[in-house]
Amino acid sequence: MSVEVMNRYDATVRLRARLGDEDAVIGGIGNTNFDLWAAGPRNLNFYMLGSMGLAVPIALGVALAQPERRVIALEGDGSILMQLGCLSTLAKLAPGNLGTVIMDNGCYQITGSQPTGTAFGTDIEAVANACGLEHSATVATETALDAALDRFWQIAAPWVIVVKIDGEPPRGTTERDPLRIRMRFMDALNLA
Amino acid sequence: MEVLEKVEEGVSASSWAEIMRDCFKRNGVKLVTYVPDRVLTPLIQAIEADPYFQAFSTAREEEAVGIVCGAWMAGTKGVVLMQTSGFATLPNVLASLPCTYQIPVLMVISERGTLGEFNRGQALVCKTMRPILASMGMEGHTLASTRELDFIVDRTIKQVFGTLDSAALIISPLLSSGKF
Repeated sequence: MSVEVMNRYDATVRLRARLGDEDAVIGGIGNTNFDLWAAGPRNLNFYMLGSMGLAVPIALGVALAQPERRVIALEGDGSILMQLGCLSTLAKLAPGNLGTVIMDNGCYQITGSQPTGTAFGTDIEAVANACGLEHSATVATETALDAALDRFWQIAAPWVIVVKIDGEPPRGTTERDPLRIRMRFMDALNLA
Repeated sequence: MEVLEKVEEGVSASSWAEIMRDCFKRNGVKLVTYVPDRVLTPLIQAIEADPYFQAFSTAREEEAVGIVCGAWMAGTKGVVLMQTSGFATLPNVLASLPCTYQIPVLMVISERGTLGEFNRGQALVCKTMRPILASMGMEGHTLASTRELDFIVDRTIKQVFGTLDSAALIISPLLSSGKF
């Protein structure tokens, strides 16, 4: 059986190309973060170095504080499975400026590719729907990703896109200077 | 309980909550994320009754910390309200987000597990709280009376956002009358 999937780096590059100059991204830890860096560092990207599972909550905080700014939370399947409750909180607050993209390769790739729940049938989009997030898609091709982004980019409601990806390693490694990351991000938010 | 109320010299149960709410307002702390607790209820009610604040519950305390971290980076000051047992879920997040990035997190912890606790699980969790704070170099001030409350809360908020070092305000049963 062959299942069509995207490559994480390619998907991240497509997402990055869509970003406006004022859009902020919170990058969850691990290979998701590495490819976000590899796709081209941006000052408005906040690269997490720990606190696994908190990309959506951090993005929610930014989105609530700056409702005019588009904020994207970028996570992996292992990370979101660690903090599924945040999808319920997101649905409750329903910010119109927050989108979530989840890279789903069905495994904890960075630790040795041990399978996650999504390899056994857990459907993250269905979980998001059950939490009350109705604007959602699961995509496995570039065309489908573009179509989903087209559909959700301008809506004033939170949305979730699950991207099914392959097992290719990331193309880079995030710089690991937390203060530089935070201060660049805050500078870019016009605050530091 | 009567003895405790006498210690507070007839101060009503909600007044500690009003003092804390007023300290938050005075210092521009607008965003309140919480996992509820019975002791915190008057504080949550006082905050939610005031349109100055945006307050909401989260599913876990980790989320509540993540949200105020994001909000602070984007210009909004916040506070996380939780119980002792919720604080005990936080060491990884506190070490790897606020400590690592120097993002100030103001925490209010309702102290459960001491001075009359009936649940052994809560009592044991409570013993972890101050060592965890100490291990991360975080101040934890125990709030035991309304007399010093404004001073401690006001000064702690100013220090957290002035130094970017997170700190905890611990609501002792002495302050809250210990209604677990």
